Amino acid sequence: MDFICNFPFFSILLSLFSGTICSVLPAKAAKVVNRVVITVIGLLSAALLVYLLSVGEPFVYWMGHFPAPWGNEIRAGVLEAGMALFFCVIMYLSMAGGAHKLYDEVDESKHNLYYILVNLLLSSLLALVYTNDMFTAYVFVEINTISACGLIMIRQVGRTIEAAVRYMIMSLLGSGLLLFGICIMYDLTGHLLMSNIKESVGLLVANGAYQIPLIVSVALMCVGLCIKSALFPFHAWLPDAYGYSTVSSAAILSSLVSKGYIFLLIKIIYRVIGFDIFNNTRIIDVLFVFGLMGMIFGSLSAIRENDIRRMIAFSSVAQIGYIYMGFGMGTQTGMVASVYHILSHAATKSLLFIAAIGLTEVSGGSRRFSDLTGAGYRNKWAGVAFTAGALSMVGIPLFSGFISKLLFAQAAVQVEGKMLASLIVLGISTVLNAIYFMKTVLRIYATTEENTYSGMTFKSMKIYAVTLLFFILLNVILGVNSQPIVDMIEKGLAMFA
Amino acid sequence: MSKKRSSEAYQKTFAFRFFRWISGEKDPYLGEVEMRPQEEYHVDEETLIRREMEHDAILDKVYDTKNNKGIRLFQSLYEITSILFCLFLIALLLITVSYLPAVGTVTRPVNNEVAQRYIEDGLEETGAINIVAGMILDYRAFDTLGESHVLFVATITVLILLRLNKGQEDKNDRIFEPKNDVILQLVATFLVPIIIIFGIYIILNGHLGPGGGFSGGAVIGAGLVLYLNAFGFAKTERFFTEKTYKWVCFFSLSFYCLAKSYSFYTGANHLHSVIPKGTPGAILSSGLILPLNIAVGLVVACTIYAFYAMFRKGGF
Repeated sequence: MDFICNFPFFSILLSLFSGTICSVLPAKAAKVVNRVVITVIGLLSAALLVYLLSVGEPFVYWMGHFPAPWGNEIRAGVLEAGMALFFCVIMYLSMAGGAHKLYDEVDESKHNLYYILVNLLLSSLLALVYTNDMFTAYVFVEINTISACGLIMIRQVGRTIEAAVRYMIMSLLGSGLLLFGICIMYDLTGHLLMSNIKESVGLLVANGAYQIPLIVSVALMCVGLCIKSALFPFHAWLPDAYGYSTVSSAAILSSLVSKGYIFLLIKIIYRVIGFDIFNNTRIIDVLFVFGLMGMIFGSLSAIRENDIRRMIAFSSVAQIGYIYMGFGMGTQTGMVASVYHILSHAATKSLLFIAAIGLTEVSGGSRRFSDLTGAGYRNKWAGVAFTAGALSMVGIPLFSGFISKLLFAQAAVQVEGKMLASLIVLGISTVLNAIYFMKTVLRIYATTEENTYSGMTFKSMKIYAVTLLFFILLNVILGVNSQPIVDMIEKGLAMFA
Repeated sequence: MSKKRSSEAYQKTFAFRFFRWISGEKDPYLGEVEMRPQEEYHVDEETLIRREMEHDAILDKVYDTKNNKGIRLFQSLYEITSILFCLFLIALLLITVSYLPAVGTVTRPVNNEVAQRYIEDGLEETGAINIVAGMILDYRAFDTLGESHVLFVATITVLILLRLNKGQEDKNDRIFEPKNDVILQLVATFLVPIIIIFGIYIILNGHLGPGGGFSGGAVIGAGLVLYLNAFGFAKTERFFTEKTYKWVCFFSLSFYCLAKSYSFYTGANHLHSVIPKGTPGAILSSGLILPLNIAVGLVVACTIYAFYAMFRKGGF
């Protein structure tokens, strides 16, 4: 085994260990540790990705002296390494972009606690990405849930506490259903290791044994993860959680935490249940319908919103709907489009959250549209970045959103029976997206008579501006250089099977 | 014939005080046990009525149920649907259970090679007589590593929520803590050492019999909480402050992380691990399981104590 195969294990343990170290460090040192750890893990994941692309074979890694199914095991393929790299990039940029706001909104004595939570969140995301064992996945889902609650609640004003309570209740419900699903699955197959479960599930389906518990188990796991990733009818916790938490948390929650759960669901679909067996159940139809409804209702709620942060949050509901629509198509191309949209949405949504904070800062801290008039002139960097994000969300060429819409449309025409619905809703949703995002862009570039708020210059926000620049670059890279990325996703999904 | 004492001499004897206590003439703890009473929260009638009216006014404004039939209908529909939905979910899960493989049959899918190897080779491979300890701390140690970090992150979250920020120290309500409760102190003097020694026993014998870090740590934590209740923060702070908590947690979790990293690394790369297994049954045996149990036990004990302290006064 090559030494590079240790890298997934190094990444997970490094981030776990850094969480522990941060607990005894002062805030400033904790910040440095946090940034260094994210960078190092990003580099490790990049190296791993290059290695896997050249080898072309996924590998499993024993966590201990015993082979799985007896011991624990993690597994790395192209998609896993790519996701880990992408998560690190987004997390670094989100932390850097929201750092100045953290000082305003969070008590100084609690900063190092914030970095502990971020490190542990990163480790749990990495473990969810690399795991090859259902119970390991559940343990790290727990860490993910608790630290996400902490990230919301660390800004201690009334609304965030309420949002955190809501998030906790809904998210724990999701974890509970996931655990039920895993328990039933274990009872039916006698295994927790993903590849062994898949083998047993294949046998059970072939024999026609235990069909009802099998379907219930799959449904429970799906519903649990849907609740945690805010698919349409379960999205009630989302707007407050994303809208009122401190901005780094909002960016991390919307672009990483919910995506981690979706990635776990993809893993379950491919590696636990089996893609074909999953597509023969009626569950994909349910996911399809909920996805379509989310695309419309999420956008409608966003149009009604008079608060820029909550508007962006509601837009997440619509975008998550896109991802589940891709699942619901039940084809390989639909899944590729969904995975691409995970990347595209994560890159764009964190950009929008970070840019929106710059706009509200130069509008007296107000998030109402009437106060945001002309904010794009007062903070030019944030204005440009917000416009780029909005264009990407609407689906203008050159930006990542265009490619994901294109991929969804291409996938839709290949599906019999679901083509018309997907294309129509895709069209309506694009128009709705354009309505609320363009409304905002026009608003921030409108000229006002009275200029009551002072603007910001590049000198006063160097790190912030550079972060935004990197975000825009990331979006453009995803949009322009899409073919290699799509190839990589296809290769990664093929490695899942 | 017994010797008759004078009444003065009699009054000094133990029997005299005992019978007086029995008959209820004197309470020996009167004035000794001091509970500083909490100041009674007093609100005058007027404010209460005003608050109630405000509450009603807000409710009327938000849910104008009197004039808005839609909202009333929605509320009742909401309740009915939620009840029906819960009943449906319960029924669904119960029906599913009835289709699951019957408990106790040999042919159940869970009776497979995984459990077989744990039972047959567990002792030889892990060196732990307690197979469960061997499973959670050797075969599946990665899960347990995650699990101990769940506890850690939970404490961090409670710290965020309850620790008082700078300038909020006046909200500290430790002045209301009960003091000098003689009965509790006497009982605690007997019980606390026993409880803590029992907890240590459970941890140290985790690989030899039922027990382990999680359960033993919980017992020690309970002992610490009892001690805190009996003697107050002033006494416990002599040996357990937030700093102690921080460093104990740090060292145990770091030890766990590093020790297990070594074992994962050697295992995955098929290297020879230098950690000896020892003779099964001896106290110093079964490789890393004993030190890991100690680390987990320390983390759990500190977590339980920290939760209690945080809820009591928002800090240590």
